[in-house]
Amino acid sequence: MSTDLGAAEALWVLLLGSLLGLELIGKVPPTLHTPLMSGANAISGVTLLAALALIGAAPSPGLRLLGAAALGFALFNVVGGFLVTDRMLAMFKRKESN
Amino acid sequence: MGELTLDLGAVLLLALGLKGLAKIRTARTANALAALALVLAVAGLLLQQGLDGWPWMLLGLAAGGGVGALLAYRVAMTAMPETVALFNGCGGMSSLLVAIGAVQLPTPLSLIGQISVLASVVVGAITFSGSIVAMGKLQEWLGTPAWTLRPQRHAVNIATALACLACCVLVLKGFALALLPLTILSLLLGVGLTLPVGGADMPVVISLLNSYSGVAAAAAGFVVGSELLIVAGAMVGAAGLILTQVMCTAMNRSLTSVLFGGALGGAGASSEGGEAAKDEGYKNVTSCSPEECALTLEAAERVVFVPGYGLAVAQAQHSLKELARLLEAHGIAVSYAIHPVAGRMPGHMNVLLAEADVPYDQLIEMEMINPDFPRTDVVIVLGANDVVNPRAKSDPASPLYGMPVLEVDQARSVFVVKRSLGSGYAGIRNDLFELPQTSMVFGDAKQVLQGLIQELRSLGVGKVAAGAAASR
Repeated sequence: MSTDLGAAEALWVLLLGSLLGLELIGKVPPTLHTPLMSGANAISGVTLLAALALIGAAPSPGLRLLGAAALGFALFNVVGGFLVTDRMLAMFKRKESN
Repeated sequence: MGELTLDLGAVLLLALGLKGLAKIRTARTANALAALALVLAVAGLLLQQGLDGWPWMLLGLAAGGGVGALLAYRVAMTAMPETVALFNGCGGMSSLLVAIGAVQLPTPLSLIGQISVLASVVVGAITFSGSIVAMGKLQEWLGTPAWTLRPQRHAVNIATALACLACCVLVLKGFALALLPLTILSLLLGVGLTLPVGGADMPVVISLLNSYSGVAAAAAGFVVGSELLIVAGAMVGAAGLILTQVMCTAMNRSLTSVLFGGALGGAGASSEGGEAAKDEGYKNVTSCSPEECALTLEAAERVVFVPGYGLAVAQAQHSLKELARLLEAHGIAVSYAIHPVAGRMPGHMNVLLAEADVPYDQLIEMEMINPDFPRTDVVIVLGANDVVNPRAKSDPASPLYGMPVLEVDQARSVFVVKRSLGSGYAGIRNDLFELPQTSMVFGDAKQVLQGLIQELRSLGVGKVAAGAAASR
């Protein structure tokens, strides 16, 4: 695990990331509220990166198992989230091409 | 340099993905882009740290990814809100587990690292238990028990939060064992904050918890020192907050009243699914059979359907479409009025009707269709309730007051298909049922629709259609 990230840099990254997030979503048609929420939810499973880092740095099998559990939960969120969003959006797509 | 390129590419794709998801034309591609972004991010990380511990990674992938994919393909579209809640809760759980694991690593954490662990534990635990409660309420496994609506709940929640804070201080002082009570208290806090929220407000809560899980991910990013994770978490956290605000506006609710106001309808009317099905003292209610309804329909020129969640629960979308086809073949103009919060989540009804192949251009949004109701002959309300309640416009004392509603009371005749006179999801009495032009058709939406189709066919509507089709 590379914890050599400077605290100040990390806080800048946090601030700029938040500002970007605030700007990205402006007006959303109500039709898309559900898919957008579901898609954003899938992205929040990005914490799987932390789980992978934990597995990589863990010295004991017990800790690796914990990492694997964290990874499993995160991937459940990511894989399920993206697929279910795609399933919803596919329905809109088909209607439009008709 | 390879991993830096991958990381930067991932952030770019994530931003494009989130932006694209907010537009109908680009949404599906954007979703794929965001998924690709996560693949790049994982590749970048593995390039940097190597494949040490790969069997464990595969284990997590197979278990989590496999179950997630299976659920995503098999879950019914009606159950979408609770599914999102479940996914979201698991994201929170992941951040919680990572933080607990990180404190047990041999490398000591910096002060920022320690604070991030605490944030990750608290927010992750609240996200998890809150999402599970939200799922339970949407599935109607959990109601809103009256005791959760007592004003004392705020004191209990504040006390729990303070206890969490005390545990955090203990951990920072070096008592790592305080993480255990911190986790338990945070889980309880998540339950305490979510349980009093009424079922109708649940989508807003899920959206907010979604924002929290982004925050938890960003905190986990501080713990493991990943800039990418911090950016992505912060982005989702902020975007989730905006989306929550947008949804609140669509439902005409303020975030504070959703979070701290308790269930709509107050303590008196608990919105427990089963118990709500009692007669709430309606007087001048006319009811009619599908036969009478069919006669009125046959003579109509303009028919508007108002679908609600009850329609989806009865799995009646396909019957509805069949009926609409029949009417259209008879020369009747048919459209569907879609309230922004129809279903259990904004946009949910569009997804459900799209699943039944209802033409997209027949779904009319509320602002567009409201002016048309005065020249509409027949409105059929199917399993919708609160979104057609005229009291939202006339009664300032009503909890629905101010919520924009479909003005179906302006139409010439209204048929409300409903299983009973029970109150809606929000637990509020509906004046529409007592209007002179309203008739109730009691029964399961699917059976009523099938009945209507049969009656119309026996009136010759089907034959005309078949003849027209044959001559074409």
